[in-house]
Amino acid sequence: MITALANPQRFLAFSRWAAPLFGAAAAMLLAAGLWLAFAAPPDYQQGDTVRILFVHVPAAELSLFAYVCLAGASFFGLVFRHALADAAARAAAPLGAGFTALALITGSFWGKPMWGAWWVWDPRLTSELILLLFYLGYMALQAAIEDEAKADRACAILALVGAVNVPIVHFSVTWWNSLHQGESVFTSKGPLIAGVYLWPWGLMTFGYIFLFASLWLVRTRAEIWRRRARSLALKAAG
Amino acid sequence: MLHLDMGRYAAFVWPVYAISAAALVWMVVDSLGRARRWRREVERLEQNRDRP
Repeated sequence: MITALANPQRFLAFSRWAAPLFGAAAAMLLAAGLWLAFAAPPDYQQGDTVRILFVHVPAAELSLFAYVCLAGASFFGLVFRHALADAAARAAAPLGAGFTALALITGSFWGKPMWGAWWVWDPRLTSELILLLFYLGYMALQAAIEDEAKADRACAILALVGAVNVPIVHFSVTWWNSLHQGESVFTSKGPLIAGVYLWPWGLMTFGYIFLFASLWLVRTRAEIWRRRARSLALKAAG
Repeated sequence: MLHLDMGRYAAFVWPVYAISAAALVWMVVDSLGRARRWRREVERLEQNRDRP
């Protein structure tokens, strides 16, 4: 499947129908998730702030998922020198940065009423902030190097170095004493949260995943066309 | 029935949903706009190239 889609023309044909399909799936999942998010009763400890978690947790999950996609595409671009992989990596970065910023901001709005502080230098929060800095660094490096091939290579190396931070973000609540909650869904005992909160979380998470997938395809298409336009403009000038 | 009265947490819950909605809408608009802009640019350059 990946090999077949490595051909830009095949990728453009696939993404032409897959992007709107994923987008429609995202809209339906997010609508159902939002309905259940506001139908759920207030939590006995967190009160109505529990509703913040239905948008905060999916954003945090997507911040990591997008980085795994970015690092995976960077690896293929670096090892196989495939232009489509580099285009996919470039396309994932702004989306990942957006989800990471959302996770940090929405988390602050939950932290203030629950912890009494907008920000604490907790291992989970700090490693998530470092993740945002890797995304921003990736985009800044990309913009700073004019030679696209060199920029792709340098950015791929930076993305792979930053991949070390992904397990740190995920396991920070297990490895260190953290104010942040530990794993509460994928535990050996099964989900530790009630079904009335599990459903909206699940629907919103899948909604965010489909939205990311759809927009990643759209942005990769845009990147393919941008490179094509650049190549045509250079030929016309030369 | 929907619970829309956030009580004393309204100042925290509603901004979160507003910020999330704004960010997701921006991602959609920016992505579609970028794709449309570059596709048109390629079409324009290809037309210029094919012109005798």
